[in-house]
Amino acid sequence: MSVSSLTTRPSWAKLPRRQMPVLATLALLLVMYGIGVSQYQAFSNVQVIFNIFIDNGFLLVIAVGMTFVILTGGIDLSVGSVAAMTAMVSAWLLQSGLPALLVLVIALLIGPLLGFLMGCAIHFFDIQPFIVTLAGMFFARGMCTFISNASIPITDGFWTTMSQYRIGDPRGNFVSVSVIVAFVVVLVAAYVLAYTRLGRNVYAIGGNPQSALLMGLPLGRTRIAVYTISGLCAAIGGILLSFYTLSGAPLIAVGMELDVIAAVVIGGTVLTGGSGYVFGTVLGVLVLGVIQTLITFDGSLNSWWTKIVIGGLLFAFILLQRLIGIRYK
Amino acid sequence: MSDANLRLRTLVGHRLFWPVAVLVAMLAANTIYRPGFLAIEVNNGHLYGTPIDILRLSAPLILVALGMTLVISTGGIDLSVGSICAISGAIACLYISEAPDQNNLGMVFTALAMALGVALVLGAWNGVLVSIIGIQPIIATLILMVAGRGLAQLITEGQIITINSGPYRAIGLGHFLTLPLAIFIALGAALLIAAFTRRTALGMIVESVGGNREASRLAGIRSGRVVFLVYVVSAACAAIAGFMITANVSSADGNAAGLWVELDAILAVVIGGTSLAGGRFYLSGTILGALIIQTLTTSVYAMNISPQTALLFKAVVVIAVCLIQAPAFRAKFGRRRRGTPPPPAPSPQRQKEEVPA
Repeated sequence: MSVSSLTTRPSWAKLPRRQMPVLATLALLLVMYGIGVSQYQAFSNVQVIFNIFIDNGFLLVIAVGMTFVILTGGIDLSVGSVAAMTAMVSAWLLQSGLPALLVLVIALLIGPLLGFLMGCAIHFFDIQPFIVTLAGMFFARGMCTFISNASIPITDGFWTTMSQYRIGDPRGNFVSVSVIVAFVVVLVAAYVLAYTRLGRNVYAIGGNPQSALLMGLPLGRTRIAVYTISGLCAAIGGILLSFYTLSGAPLIAVGMELDVIAAVVIGGTVLTGGSGYVFGTVLGVLVLGVIQTLITFDGSLNSWWTKIVIGGLLFAFILLQRLIGIRYK
Repeated sequence: MSDANLRLRTLVGHRLFWPVAVLVAMLAANTIYRPGFLAIEVNNGHLYGTPIDILRLSAPLILVALGMTLVISTGGIDLSVGSICAISGAIACLYISEAPDQNNLGMVFTALAMALGVALVLGAWNGVLVSIIGIQPIIATLILMVAGRGLAQLITEGQIITINSGPYRAIGLGHFLTLPLAIFIALGAALLIAAFTRRTALGMIVESVGGNREASRLAGIRSGRVVFLVYVVSAACAAIAGFMITANVSSADGNAAGLWVELDAILAVVIGGTSLAGGRFYLSGTILGALIIQTLTTSVYAMNISPQTALLFKAVVVIAVCLIQAPAFRAKFGRRRRGTPPPPAPSPQRQKEEVPA
C-alpha cells in the first residue's frame, strides 16, 4: 500500500472510468461470441469472424468517419446516402466506359466535397449539423435516382478482381480486399485521433467548443475537416459497398446511418462529443455483426429482431454511460 | 418613400413571410406549368382537385409536425414518430383484421383507443428517458426509432395486414362537409394544441423550459414534467397520423408506414421558423411548412419525376430556407452588400439608402 493509493484512488481503479464503455462493449462482444460458440458448433470456425468483417467492412469504414464527427459533438446523417451515391456514380461511370482508376478517383472525390460543403454550411452559417446533413442525405439519395432508377451492374475487370480476390491461409480461411482497406482506414484514423494535432483538436472541441476557441484552437478548420473526413470515409465505404455487391443500386444502404450511429454509440463514444475511441467503434460494428450472425445461425428468429436487439443494446449502453457518470455538460 | 420602404421591410422581416412566399411561388409555378392545377370541382357533393389533395395528404404530416414543434421548442427532438406511426397503425389494423365484423363502429374505436394507448406508453417511455434519466433527446428517441420499426414488424409478423373496414377507411379518405375528414382532424388537433399553448400559460412555460431548463426549474416550473408531457403529446399526434397513413391505403406495413415522416416533420418545423435550439415555437409556421413539403411532393409527382428524385428538390428547398433564416447568413449577406459596392448590381438604390442609415 503506497501513499498515493491512500490519497487518491489506485490507478487501476481510476483508469478504466474513461475506458469503461469500451470495456463493457468488449465484455458484451465476448459474451455474445461465447453464447454463439456454445450454441452452434460451426460458430467457432475462424471464418465466421472473417465473414463478419467481410460483410461489415463498409460499415466499419463509415463508422470510423462518423466517430470523428460525433467526437466533435456533431452528427452526420448523410453517410448512408453518400455511400450509395458513390457506388452509383462509379457504376455509372464504369458503364460509360471510363478507366477504372479514373472512376475510383472521381468517386472518392465526391464524398469529401459534399462533406466539405456541409461543414462550411455548418460552420460559416451556424446551421445545425442535423439539418445540414439531413439536406445532404436527401441530396445524395436524390442524385442516386437521378443517375438511374434501376441498379447498374458493374462488369469492370478491376472491380470484379477486387470483389473476388481472396487473401487467405492454406486452411481455406480468407478475407476480402475490403477487410484490408477497412483495417488500414481504422489504423490511420486511430493514429490521427491519438497522435496528431487534428485529433487533439477534435477531442478539445467535442469537450467544450467555447474553451477550445478561447484556447486558440482552429474551431472552424477542425469542424469542416471532420465532415470532410466523414464524407471521405463514406465514399470509401461506398466503393467497398460496390466491391461487395458489384453494382450500384439507388436504394442501397437506406437507413445505414442509424446502424452507423448505433455502432459508434455502442462502441462507447459519447454523443455530446469529447470522449471515445476508434477501437470502440470497431467493437461496436463487431457487436452488430455478431448479432446478425447469431440471428442467422438461429434461423427461427426473424430479421426484425435485429432491430429490436440493437435498440435494446443502444438503451443499455446509453444507460451505462449515464450510470458511470460521464459528464454530459 | 421611406415609409413604404419601412413597411416593406417589416413585411419581409415577418417570420411567416418567407414560408408564405415559397408556398405561393410553388403554387404559381405549378399553375403556370399546368393551368388546371388550382381547379376544384364538385363531384358527388365532395370537393375534388389538386389543392384539396395537397391538404388531405398533408394532414398526417401536419399532425406529426405539430407534436414535433412542441418537442423542438423544449430544445429536444423526436426521431421516433415514424416508428410510432407504424406501430399504432399496425396495432389498429391487426385488431380490426381479427374482428368478426370489420365495419362495427364500436370495434374500430376500441382499436383506435388501444393503439393510441400503446402510443402514449411509447411517448411516456421517450419522456422518461429524456426528462428523468436525462439522456440526450436525439439518442433517447433514436432507440425507439430503431427498435420501433422492429416492433411494428413484430406486430404485423413481417406481413402487410390488409383490412376492409369502412369506418377506419374514413379516417383517411372519408368526407365531412364536402371536405376530406383528415383535414378536419388535423385542423382540430392544431386548434386544440393552439388553444392549450396560446390561450393558457402552457405555451410560455414550454418556451421557457426550452430557453433554459434549469432556470425555469428554479423559477418554479416543473421542467421535467413539461418535457415529459411534450413527448407524450408528440407520440399521440404521431399515432393519429399513423391511423391516417394506414387508413389511406387500408393496410398496415410495418416497414414502410411513416417511413421518414420524422425527417419531413423536422423540416416542416424548421421551415416554419422554429429554431432547433428551442425556446420559441410557431404553430402556424409549422402548418405552412408541412403544406410546403406536401406541395413540393405533389408537384414533383405531377411533373412525372420519380419520388426519390423529389428528394433532390427537397434538399435544395431545405438548404435555401435554412440559409435565409440563419442569422449568420443574413449578417454576411447584408455586410457584403454594404461593404463591397462594385459587384452587386441588382439594387443600387437600396444601397444608397442604407449607407446613411
